[in-house]
This record gives sequence, C-alpha cells and structure tokens, in this order.
Amino acid sequence: MAIWVTKATRVICQGITGRHGGFHSARCLEYGTNMVAGVTPGKGGQKFDKDPDGNEIKRPDGSKASLPIFDSVAESVRETGADASMVFVPPAGAADAILEAADAGVKLVICITEGIPVMDMVRARKILRSEYPGVRLVGPNCPGVITPGQCKIGIMPGHIHRAGDIGIVSRSGTLTYEAVHQVTQMGWGQSTCVGIGGDPVNGTNFIDVLEAFNNDPLTRAVIMIGEIGGSAEEEAASWVKSHMRKPVAAFIAGRTAPKGKRMGHAGAIISGGKGTAADKMAALRAAGISVADSPADLGKAVKAALAAREVAVAKH
Amino acid sequence: MKIHEYQAKEVLKKYGVALLQGKVAYSTQEAMQNAREIGGSVWVVKAQIHAGGRGKGGGVKLAKSNDELRKHAETILGMQLVTPQTGPEGKKVNQVLIEEGCAIDHEYYLAAVLDRDSGRIAVMGSAAGGMDIEEVAARTPEKIVREFFDADEGLQGFQARRLAQAMGVPSALMTKAAALIQGVAKCFVETDASLVEINPMVTTKDGKVIALDAKMTFDDNASYRHKDIEAYRDLTEEVPDEIEAKKYDLSYIKLDGNIGCMVNGAGLAMGTMDIIKLHGGEPANFLDVGGGATTERVTAAFKLILRDPHVKAVLINIFGGIMKCDVIANGVIAAAKELKLTVPVVVRLEGTNVEKGRDILAKSGLKLIPATDMTDAATKVVAAAKS
Repeated sequence: MAIWVTKATRVICQGITGRHGGFHSARCLEYGTNMVAGVTPGKGGQKFDKDPDGNEIKRPDGSKASLPIFDSVAESVRETGADASMVFVPPAGAADAILEAADAGVKLVICITEGIPVMDMVRARKILRSEYPGVRLVGPNCPGVITPGQCKIGIMPGHIHRAGDIGIVSRSGTLTYEAVHQVTQMGWGQSTCVGIGGDPVNGTNFIDVLEAFNNDPLTRAVIMIGEIGGSAEEEAASWVKSHMRKPVAAFIAGRTAPKGKRMGHAGAIISGGKGTAADKMAALRAAGISVADSPADLGKAVKAALAAREVAVAKH
Repeated sequence: MKIHEYQAKEVLKKYGVALLQGKVAYSTQEAMQNAREIGGSVWVVKAQIHAGGRGKGGGVKLAKSNDELRKHAETILGMQLVTPQTGPEGKKVNQVLIEEGCAIDHEYYLAAVLDRDSGRIAVMGSAAGGMDIEEVAARTPEKIVREFFDADEGLQGFQARRLAQAMGVPSALMTKAAALIQGVAKCFVETDASLVEINPMVTTKDGKVIALDAKMTFDDNASYRHKDIEAYRDLTEEVPDEIEAKKYDLSYIKLDGNIGCMVNGAGLAMGTMDIIKLHGGEPANFLDVGGGATTERVTAAFKLILRDPHVKAVLINIFGGIMKCDVIANGVIAAAKELKLTVPVVVRLEGTNVEKGRDILAKSGLKLIPATDMTDAATKVVAAAKS
C-alpha cells in the first residue's frame, strides 16, 4: 500500500505537447508510470511517442511507448479510463485545465505549473470544493507525487527513490529530493512522497497528507518539510498533536530569510510579522515533532523520532 | 510588484475611492504649477518612494504658503530619504505628490489582503490609523476588525457598513466609509493585488471620508493581464542585480552576508542559507537557478554573485534531478573560466550523473573545493570565507 498513486493509477498529461509536458511524460513512462493518454486541445488524434528531442520512449519492460492524444480530458477519460492527471498547461490556462479534469471525473489532479495567478487559484479551489468535493488537487507549483517502484507523476528524479515505509510531504521540490536521498542513503525507502507546492493557495495541505499517511498501514513515520510564509505548518502541528499516531520529523526552510521578500516561491514570504521559521519550529516542537535544525539531518531526525517512539512503546 | 502612492491613487480613483486632489511633480517648478492648479492655500508635499514611514524621515511636509511649498519641494526632491523601511542608505526621491490639505477629524486603518488558508479576501480595519499595523496587531489585536469575502461575490454593502461601524466611523459618515471600503475590495480583486493598504483613511471636519495614503502591491504571476499596472513599474526602485537576475529567469535576492550561494530550487536555496548560518557563516544572497540551469544561466548567476564586493566565498549546491550533474559541472567550469575566479568556490553536486559531474570538476584544473554533502559543503565554505 501507499497513498493516492499506485501501479493501478491510470494517468494522463494535460499539456503533453508542450516542452515540459512532453519531457516529463517521457520520464514518467520510462519510470513505469501507467500513463494512458495525453490531452492538448486542437491536437486530438495525434500520437505521443517521442520526447521533445525526438527520442523514442521506452517503458521499463522495453516496449515502445505511444500514447493517444485527445482534444479534451472528457474524451481521454471515456476512451482510456484515466483517473489521474498531471497538468503542465502554462499559467494562464492552468486553473481552467484543473477544472476541466475535475469536471471530466478525474479524481486526482496534480498540477506542476508554476506561476498561476493567485486569484485564479482562489476561484478554482472554491469551485473544486463546492462542485467537485471528491476531487483531490495536489499543487500547483509542486514536483508531484511518487510511490517508488510503482507510479511517478511529476518532475522528481525517479532513480533517487526506493520503496519503503517513510512518507514524505513537502512544500519544496529540491529539498524533498534532499530528504529522499538521505532516507535512501540510510538504506531505507519511501512509501509515497507528496509535493504540496510553494504557492500561497493550493489544493492539498499538510494535514490532508498527514492524515493519509496516518491511515496507510505501510507508512511507519513521516518527514514533513515546510518553509516560511502562511500558517500551514502551525495548523499541521496542532493536527499532529491531537491525531497523529506515527512519529513525524520536520524541517522548516527560511530561518535566514528577510521579512517582506518573496523567496522564490510565491508563498514563501514573511508578511505582517507572520509566517516566520521560528514560530513554525516552535509550534512543531510543541506538538512533539522532531525538528531538524539542519536540512542535512532529515534522515537522522526521522530515525531518531522512530527510535524515541519505540523506546516509549517499550516502556509503556 | 510595488507601485508609488500617486499611482495607487490613480488606480483607486477608477473604483470610486474618495481622494484629495493631487498631482505628481518631478521638479520644484512643476510642484508650484500643480499647487496653482489644485488651488487653495494649504498643500502637502509627499515624497514618492517604495517604502513606508516617509513622514518619520522628513519626506512628508505641510506647506501653508507658496514659499513653504517651494522650500519643501526643493528639499524633498532629490533627497536621500531614510525611513525605518529603507535601510540606513535610504532611497533617492525622484518625484513628489502635491496634494490639497484637509482638516482631519480622525485617522483609521484599512487594508485588503488574501487570507491564504480560507482562500478568501480579508478586509481589515482599525480605529488606530496612521500607526504601523504590525504594532497594532502585536499590542492590541482586538482593535483590528475584519470582514471576509469571496473573490467572485465581492464585499457586500452590509459587510462594508458593519466594518465601518466596528472601526468606529460615526453614523453620519458610515455610508461614505462603506463606499470607500467596497471600492478598495473591488479594486483588490480586479487588479490582482496582493495588498491594498489605506493608512490612514480619514474622516474630515467637513464630513468627508478620504483615502489619505495608499499602498498597493500586485501578484507578479498576474502581471501579464494588467499591462496598465505593469507600466507603473519604477526600475529605479528595484535592486539592479535583482532586475538583471530576472532577465535570465533567476530568482535572486541580495542579503548582507559574505557567502554567495547558487542553488537549484527555492526550498533548497533557503535550506542552504540556513545551513550556512548554522555553521557560523552569513549568506550574501538567495539564488535559485531553477530547473533548467544551462551554461548561460549558471554564468549569469556566477556573475551576479561575484559582482557583490562582500562575497568572500561561494557555495554551489545543486541537487541534479532533471538537470544532470555533468551538464551543471560543464556550466560551472565555463563560467569560472570566463570570470577568472578570485574567491574560493565550494561545489556540492548530488543526483543524476553525479560521478561524471564530480570527475569533470576534478579534472578541470580549476581551484574548486569539492564537498560530499550539505554539512561538508557548509563547513568548508564558512572556513573558506573566514580565511
């Protein structure tokens, strides 16, 4: 088991004929993701069988990949039974693409696109919640979701992952890879890694992912990577305190960030004195989460959190 | 993106927000001309820079005669205005706003911001206008009152009136205040703003409710659909290196330390700054080279970092995922050769093709200090910056 994506997940890519959509669809196919179609309005009937550099794409079993391209998500769902979408549509059309997928019955929409206007996401999220409550949106501005060895939806490098029992949830991309790498180097592995994205308004928050890991029998402990801005980490901390049965280790990026400056991610900004790393770390610690001071110690932190839990259980 | 007060007022005017008569001036002569056009006998000369606290630094002056107006315009135009928000070096004033005077009865605070968690817009008000809202929020949070609304539905009239009432606006002026508040709310949504702040909003002795000051910032992601606002961009207000960085799609923020950083990914870039600090160093910048760091971009990033005279050492920390380490290594070498490095450079590469990448760096003949992981890299770069 893992959360949300497995070998059985049938994935489409919206924006597959674009440079990024094409490049990453090829990498996902090579990883073994069960991709079933691509969608680009106006390009229905074409085939996706080469990456943007003109190379053929091979699935792990050596077979050549060739995906049908549809004009609409609805057609792709009807023809292929797709149940997850990876969105690479450029910013101006991305919110619309998310809603199109939801309307077509896709249950998991993972939006990689960076740079979507905040107001577009405010509207899209509101519509999702009121009209399509069964749809999960992950992102936008995120690396995606991966269950190692089964399904990779997104831009993360597949080969650094290893199947295992540590769940990872993060607002950052490369910092997640750092955590994954440390866990893999320890000889451990990941159950599922979820990038929730660096935008101020997103679909899935820390609590959604923590709750899923809590209920996933395979996940033994969780690494949570937050950053400055907003209050998602504080809310997660209070949820962990009252609900989480598994050990959690965390890191908050941006302790040295100046206030009022947007640190790369649209959501990573300390404003009105809120969203500082110090506040977040204090809230996490108060909830019993093992907080690493250094991003190099994420692997160690989760190991320590697990060990501490075992000691506590033994004493009990 | 930030804009000037006079520009924010031009935007707000379109939404029916009540303002004083005013006009921007780039010279003393123009300031005098503006005052004549506005009429009356009392004017305010307001420095236009992208920083708050202008009054405290002497950038806002009341003029009760033509002579005073000339004197103030001469002093303020061209001055290096230092406020609590500009840093000790201050900011040069290139333009002033000349506004008619008014007899203030009471000052209020009003602002619209996005509430990230609910995805709704929050309009906040307080009877303590003119003060720093962060101070009010910290000291007397109960004095701040709020109304929330959905972007598509807008702030309802009754909500605006309720807010005005809670702010303490007198009954006779409640409708006027509500109209101003609704204008601000509508403006926030339609212009893709990330902040509209009216501090203060004032009631006057002659029974008006006016936005005396105005500050607006906008969502950069939406700038493509607001060409009119994009035209307000004042490059003299931005850090030159940050403008240069944008040309190459680099995300760069100048800081005060002496260790230059080049990292891929915003989170890892912040994490790298943090680990430098943890090991006793100070980062000189935040720099995210992004996902597709080509030789050209790595070179541009290197140039930006080395242009800062405080930089005593550089740390390159790349987790090559999609970006392959050998490609990055070649980029670093090309850039290092072109720039003739004078400071030590610590390189930590990890990820796809890492062995190839490390091999290329080792054989380059350049004095690059290899590091195996982030802790090793931070320790080495802090030591290098100190030696």
